[in-house]
Amino acid sequence: MGADPGAPPAADRDTRLAVNGEPLDWREGMTVRDVLQAKNYVFKLLIVTVNGTLVPRGSYDDFVVPAGADVKVVHLISGG
Amino acid sequence: MSTSPATDSPTTSTARDYTVRTSYTQGLEEMRAAHKVLLEVPFTPSEPERGYNMRSLHVDLTAMKVTEKKVTQQMKDIFVGGRGFGLWYLWNATTPATRWNDPENEIVIAPGPIAGITQYPGTGKSLVVSISPLTDIPIDCNVGGYYGPLLKFCGFDAIEIQGKAAAEVVVVVDGPRGVIRIEECPLEPPDSHVLSEIFTHMYATGPEDYKNVSVVSAGKGSDHSYIGCLNFSFWDLRRKAARLKQAGRGGVGTVFRDKKLKALVVRGPVIKADLNHVADRARIQKVGSVINKEIHDLDSSQCNMRRQGTAHLVEVMDAYDLLPVKNFQYGNHPDTKNIASWVWDKRFTQGIPDGCWYGCTMSCSKGADGHVVKTGPYKGDVVTVDGPEYENAAGLAANCGIFDPDWLLESNFYCDTYGVDTISFGTLCAFVMECWQRGILNAERTGGLDLTWGNAEAQMEMLHQMARGEGFGVIAGKGIRQMKRIFAENGWGDPKLMNDIGMEVKGLEYSQYQSKESLAQQGGYALTNKGPQHDEAWLIFMDMVNKHLPTFEAKAEALHYFPLFRTWFGLNGLCKLPWNDIEPANNAEQAEPAKVPEHVHNYCEIASGVTGIEVTKEKIIEQSEKVYNFQRIFNLRRGYGKREHDWPPYRSVGPVTVEEYESRAERYDKQMREEIGVDPEGKTTEEKIAITRQYREDRYSKLCDAVYKRRGWTTDGVPTVATLEKLGIALPELVELVKQHGG
Ligand code: SF4
Repeated sequence: MGADPGAPPAADRDTRLAVNGEPLDWREGMTVRDVLQAKNYVFKLLIVTVNGTLVPRGSYDDFVVPAGADVKVVHLISGG
Repeated sequence: MSTSPATDSPTTSTARDYTVRTSYTQGLEEMRAAHKVLLEVPFTPSEPERGYNMRSLHVDLTAMKVTEKKVTQQMKDIFVGGRGFGLWYLWNATTPATRWNDPENEIVIAPGPIAGITQYPGTGKSLVVSISPLTDIPIDCNVGGYYGPLLKFCGFDAIEIQGKAAAEVVVVVDGPRGVIRIEECPLEPPDSHVLSEIFTHMYATGPEDYKNVSVVSAGKGSDHSYIGCLNFSFWDLRRKAARLKQAGRGGVGTVFRDKKLKALVVRGPVIKADLNHVADRARIQKVGSVINKEIHDLDSSQCNMRRQGTAHLVEVMDAYDLLPVKNFQYGNHPDTKNIASWVWDKRFTQGIPDGCWYGCTMSCSKGADGHVVKTGPYKGDVVTVDGPEYENAAGLAANCGIFDPDWLLESNFYCDTYGVDTISFGTLCAFVMECWQRGILNAERTGGLDLTWGNAEAQMEMLHQMARGEGFGVIAGKGIRQMKRIFAENGWGDPKLMNDIGMEVKGLEYSQYQSKESLAQQGGYALTNKGPQHDEAWLIFMDMVNKHLPTFEAKAEALHYFPLFRTWFGLNGLCKLPWNDIEPANNAEQAEPAKVPEHVHNYCEIASGVTGIEVTKEKIIEQSEKVYNFQRIFNLRRGYGKREHDWPPYRSVGPVTVEEYESRAERYDKQMREEIGVDPEGKTTEEKIAITRQYREDRYSKLCDAVYKRRGWTTDGVPTVATLEKLGIALPELVELVKQHGG
């Protein structure tokens, strides 16, 4: 298997995350909520996984994202 | 980006008495006395069995004749109901040469077999179909309010209105009395907020009966424009007011008024839980109680529809750079906070049910009470404004650079009561404002209207002109396609630029989402049957943010599934919102959460429970695919429905102007470097625009190839005979037609 295209390059794994395949600076103690805020993901109907693990909506404030993680934030659809 | 609450006006919903508004029933007896009965026909009222009455009503306004028609088994098998019935009746009523204002053009209203149940949210919709004055092809609108379900409970699965009356008329279907009447009605003003109230009072037997009456009307704006809409009323018991829902798109109000129709009125029976006489009520109740609990428990932490309606999307779209600002040039604005959901949360009256059909616990038809009208013929009146919904806030406000909630209420109110489509009006107003910005229009050409971005008073004056049939408002009311032609003929501007910035395809104005950065949504808009309305497919998050549609094939699959799934709502008389504006708590754990599998299952259950025919998730797609292809062939019959008609304006695909490119230069330069393989360094912005354009248009063309292939169409977008045979719709006249076009 090839490398996950969404994962940060090895050299950056201590300082970066990948969010939907795009790099984001990581810091110690960063939570899912922090990631969403950094990306300005204000939509409510989200499905978040961190390295393939589903993060329940009620845990966004507590779930700490490790350095180098592959974060997927799936936006569902709503509206007219 | 807008993330902080704005200061609201001093008047909040808690300070407002939601029953206080200007009354329009003075003079009702005089108006009634002026009515002249032109036709009175008795009928035998009936209640549907398993969702169908197996008959419909045909009204010929030229001949003053009313006929009952049988609904055949073949109609049910192929067209299901709702929009399917509408298209079939319209096909039979018209020829390829029929124009929108020919007497044989019809307005068909059909609710669909599920419509009218009360055990599941979003089940009271009517579908309206007609040949559109804007597009010259069939338009379909999905609308709330009580007309369709009440018509059904009088005994009819659809009503066709054909012909033209000699004088202004109202067509009344009175179920409890078993009579259909056509009456001349010379005195009532046509504007919807007035007329709905008057006719509700006139045709109900008393206050207890108001809820059993629904009025369909348009308004003065429909008289003088091609963007007329229809308002379907429902009686709001708490407000003691006739509320309005819009069949907005494509000028159905214009056709209505051209027929000299002032209103359609239905008076139905008192609504009870089982008027549809369904096959298995318990099956419907079971899934209904589950979703009602979901809405109760989860809505406030999800979309907050019960407090804010679709207006919750305003700041969301802004945050993702998707809110159309200044004619879709930009995707966000610092002043969005002034028209965002927190403003409407306060302006909407809270704590009273706002469902546009019985049993809709999602209850999102919000109303802003106590608006004091600032301009025009109703200046000083106190009115309830229905909305604003997201589309109105985005189109009438942000897209025109007007970030003021009071002016938004004003334009929303007048569009509705004049019978003007808020979406087309918002998009065309944005277009003329950009034409002003670029010198295509000036005060001499607009008759003195200063169409500078953000000029709310000029926007209102243009709307009032449209209603009065005067001045530049009449030109604007013809829609963007006609304006582009007129401006070019007058030598006012470069036709190419106007084509690029005029946000219409097939003649219909775009609804209010930025599709520039999502190829799938560019197709979601321009590959639609009726024109660019988001009710076929909304794929922007899936494509642009989630990156779930990386290939042309993946995008084509989404552009196959979602338009068909959503077509099905229109066949059955359903509202789309309870499908995915609320989601089950465990939705994230499902294999395809974007489809909301549990709710798809619910729809299978309620369709099977109503009709007694087992409906699976595969059958949903099959049923829709028949009608969807039929509609494409209908377009073909009228000289459209091919690849050339699916081509979008470039504004919806990429940056047209230097300012637009530079507002997202980082994104576009990155794409040039990484995807196109060209180094942007040292290139002028004009050169970069040209390179980006060539790349994006080429990709759009490849998307068409992939979508047509997935849909079983030729490379020119024509359904093949093999596709018709596979779908079981190889009717000789359809086969003949597609063959003529290489299908
Ligand atoms: S969800 Fe809203 S628009 Fe749909 S039926 Fe319910 S109240 Fe009407």
